[in-house]
Amino acid sequence: MARGKKSIEKVTELMSDPVHIRNIGIVAHIDHGKTTLSDNLLAGAGIISEELAGKQLFMDSDEEEQARGITIDASNVSMVHEYEGQEFLINMIDTPGHVDFGGDVTRAMRAVDGAVVLVDAVEGTMPQTETVLRQALKEGVRPVLFINKVDRLINELKVDEMEMQIRLGRVIDKVNKLIKGMNEEAYNAGWKLDASQGTVAFGSALYNWAVSVPFMKKSGVSFKEVYESCRTGDMKNLAKRSPLCDVVLDMVVKHLPNPKDSQKRRIKVIWHGDATTPEGKAMLECDPNGPATLMITDISFDPHAGEVATGRLFSGRIKRGTELYVMGTAKKVNRLQQVGIFMGPTRVEVEEITAGNIAAVTGLKDAIVGSTVTTLQDMTPFESLKHYSEPVMTVAVEAKNMKDLPKLVEVLRQVAKEDPTLQVNINEETGEHLISGMGELHLEIVTGRIKRDKGVEIITSEPIVVYRETVTQKAGPVEGKSPNRHNRFYLELEVLPDAIVELIKNGQVSMNQSQLERRDALIAAGMDKEEAKNVKDIYGHTMFIDMTKGIQYLNETMELIIEGLHEALDGGPLADEKVQNLKIKLVDVKLHEDAIHRGPAQVIPAVRAAVKAGMLMAGDTLLEPVQKIQITVPTDQMGNATAQIQGRRGQVYDIQSEGDTVTVVGKAPVAELFGFAGDIRSATEGRAMWSTEFAGFELVPSNLMKEVVTSIRKRKGLKEQMPTPADYLA
Amino acid sequence: MLTFIGLGLYDHKDVSVRGLECIRSADVVFLEGYTSRLAGTSIAEMEAWYGRSIRVLGREEVEQHPEIVLDPAVTGDVAFLTGGDPMVSTTHSDLRIRAQLRGIKTTLIHGASISSAVCGVTGLQNYRFGKSCSLPFPQKNWTPMTPIDVIRMNLSQGLHTLVYLDIQDDRCMTVPQAVFLLEEMAQKAGISIPLYVGVARAGSPDPVVLAGPAERVRNADFGPPLHILVIPGPLHVMEEEYLSLFGGL
Ligand SMILES: Nc1nc2c(ncn2[C@@H]2O[C@H](COP(=O)(O)OP(=O)(O)OP(=O)(O)O)[C@@H](O)[C@H]2O)c(=O)[nH]1
Ligand SMILES: [Mg+2]
Repeated sequence: MARGKKSIEKVTELMSDPVHIRNIGIVAHIDHGKTTLSDNLLAGAGIISEELAGKQLFMDSDEEEQARGITIDASNVSMVHEYEGQEFLINMIDTPGHVDFGGDVTRAMRAVDGAVVLVDAVEGTMPQTETVLRQALKEGVRPVLFINKVDRLINELKVDEMEMQIRLGRVIDKVNKLIKGMNEEAYNAGWKLDASQGTVAFGSALYNWAVSVPFMKKSGVSFKEVYESCRTGDMKNLAKRSPLCDVVLDMVVKHLPNPKDSQKRRIKVIWHGDATTPEGKAMLECDPNGPATLMITDISFDPHAGEVATGRLFSGRIKRGTELYVMGTAKKVNRLQQVGIFMGPTRVEVEEITAGNIAAVTGLKDAIVGSTVTTLQDMTPFESLKHYSEPVMTVAVEAKNMKDLPKLVEVLRQVAKEDPTLQVNINEETGEHLISGMGELHLEIVTGRIKRDKGVEIITSEPIVVYRETVTQKAGPVEGKSPNRHNRFYLELEVLPDAIVELIKNGQVSMNQSQLERRDALIAAGMDKEEAKNVKDIYGHTMFIDMTKGIQYLNETMELIIEGLHEALDGGPLADEKVQNLKIKLVDVKLHEDAIHRGPAQVIPAVRAAVKAGMLMAGDTLLEPVQKIQITVPTDQMGNATAQIQGRRGQVYDIQSEGDTVTVVGKAPVAELFGFAGDIRSATEGRAMWSTEFAGFELVPSNLMKEVVTSIRKRKGLKEQMPTPADYLA
Repeated sequence: MLTFIGLGLYDHKDVSVRGLECIRSADVVFLEGYTSRLAGTSIAEMEAWYGRSIRVLGREEVEQHPEIVLDPAVTGDVAFLTGGDPMVSTTHSDLRIRAQLRGIKTTLIHGASISSAVCGVTGLQNYRFGKSCSLPFPQKNWTPMTPIDVIRMNLSQGLHTLVYLDIQDDRCMTVPQAVFLLEEMAQKAGISIPLYVGVARAGSPDPVVLAGPAERVRNADFGPPLHILVIPGPLHVMEEEYLSLFGGL
């Protein structure tokens, strides 16, 4: 690692100079070549040897990643690149492409300022290409495009030189169309990709070459030469004259913003605090001398050092011993122990990290992924990280050996901390814990690692689908009485309009923003002014609104009301599944004069009962998760592909043919998709290329509803008989 | 028939003769064991004195399952015992309403209540009390400021405040604990409480009454439960004289 050491020195030297830093993410659909590209960039920068690169021994360092040939965890690395006589520090994050691990992409996009979007020249843009682009733009991260696997175009599809250029142009147009559709303003302001400007490069990550229009001018390499080299299979010379790392990193340095420029624009997107405060100013300026502000985007466990928190430092400086506060916690001082950066699988300690870098630290015992950490006692937190997808599948896990019971609980808490897209429900009473995740693979990896890394033998159930409950009508006012009947809560329930749900999902409406800002956003989406003004809580896309006026003692009771609300929303009356998309209004309250008679034991059950009874009156119903499915097959296999969707209670809504292949797009419920991979393979003789993606929750068909609800109730040990409102209102 | 019987302040002997007769002739005897308790006696001692066995009910049984009390009252005579006076500072009015709605006849037999006893032991005049309040043990995300609001309002009108102290299964709030909590709240609310009067074991042979500023009352030893606290308004001359003789002022 001699060369590794030398580059670390360079890296630390450059860290304090934001203008010479680029924080970038490598993002793409699965298998489009992100890790191969990342490895070769590292080899080019002298961090790893050329022989190792592309064999994926560095960035996919986990044995599970190597065995499966896919990336599971995002990993960070820093390197130095020289451009026009100046040295630049590139902090790069290689992200996974599999949908189940998309949470890593969401989080990485908060840490970086720019993204290299890869597209496989043969496959073209795929569903995840669209998703990662959307994630980048949402975070204010600027994209450039790298069209990879150009060699395949020539060698496998045997296209001629003309056709090659046409196909590459088509990919650029498609990506541009996506950018324009997602953020027209940015598109018009110069984020439109343009090969002649150099915001697009083409090449082969595997064979270590790339070209871009500006670089072609410099190197004299022509498209003709590219075509010929690929055709003859001799790409060595091309890799020498037009090396991948120079072309890609030149593009990165030239076109992706440095943290100083980027933060001027991005801070407004990811932080809704007051820009004139010291922290506001410092972040907008990327000022190393302002208060330290750090957003945690990743937590991992190191067997020696314990919990390692990784995040983007937007202002200030941190070193060993720096005292920080974690917003949203008890505000106890967290003192930094080690301060460093990740170099792929290893972590390197450094003296100090300054604004505009990605830091990996230990000692932040109160932080979780998404935490805002700062030297200030108090600041407005960063906008929370919202992953587009939600857990759709659950497995139950149990310790195999009695002696591991307490350890498993501890391990599960860790696992939940490391991967915020997981939902972990610990039940110490029964010892049967639930882990919900993005899909079969996600849960397989997580449970596998509990055994492998944490050394706890567990028994895992078959995966079960996660359902949701919501209402279909209006109900109320419903009267919820406290057990002593001296406190009454009157609630009205209805469906929260889609437009408002969207605002919550996109983070445009949250309890973090000021009341005024929230009110205006809601009114613009069509909400009544009085309601928009009085939002008291948002939980699982359910909004709670206090419409009462001047009720004495309500203020000091509100926290308890919200607690009761959350208890009800965590498990609806029908099937004890999470509740979503409700608008719940508090329209009247009667409280006991004395505090002791309206404490938690009185208020929480009263509100919980009112919500549950109200849901039953408002036509409580079950929703199931649905996946979007895209299958590309040779034309003669089309029937088999559509049958695979339609045979699963699915629906095909688009069929597009291109040459001798067709792409079928549809959707189907997760409940019917177990074993899809195997079935589609055998149905199409292994010739299908397919991908799935979370497409939200939809109503369970009414003819199946009763059966599904009954089986869930049975599984959960609930009374088989359906509850009625009276059961809650006695 | 359902008879609510107040047991008075301290031990099994504080019940009225009428109450005692009623207990002895009842078919079923329940004791509500959560809003107050008789600190000077035990269930066994009460059972021996009344000559009846007693079923103690928790909050959940009374509030969530009132049929436990009401069902036997449809045909038989049920005695429902509480510490103090049955309808003062409890929530039992609900139980009486339910009984009435089910056509069950109800009667009240009163007992001595701390709300009047406190006038006796402290000399603070009953006419000069404002709203009373209770002081709960703080719990996770619930620290109501009602007590301090009530005290502030009473003080501003020159009235005394009776502060009931929280009684839970495993602990009873003491006067020093209460003074500590109120001082904290007063600071938050930006007011100061000039005088406290702590009372312990009213109705017993050895009650304790101690008046003084926070520092003094907080550091005193009041002995075993139950405790109660008064925040007096400006004292009338007679009240002052009484407290200096009986409350160490
Ligand atoms: N022919 C060809 N194959 C490539 C090229 N780049 C990558 N590959 C191959 O594509 C496969 C996937 O490459 P990876 O680098 O693991 O892709 P990835 O995008 O990191 O995959 P995930 O992280 O799992 O999403 C490997 O077999 C690579 O060898 C290329 O330029 N040409
Ligand atoms: Mg990869």
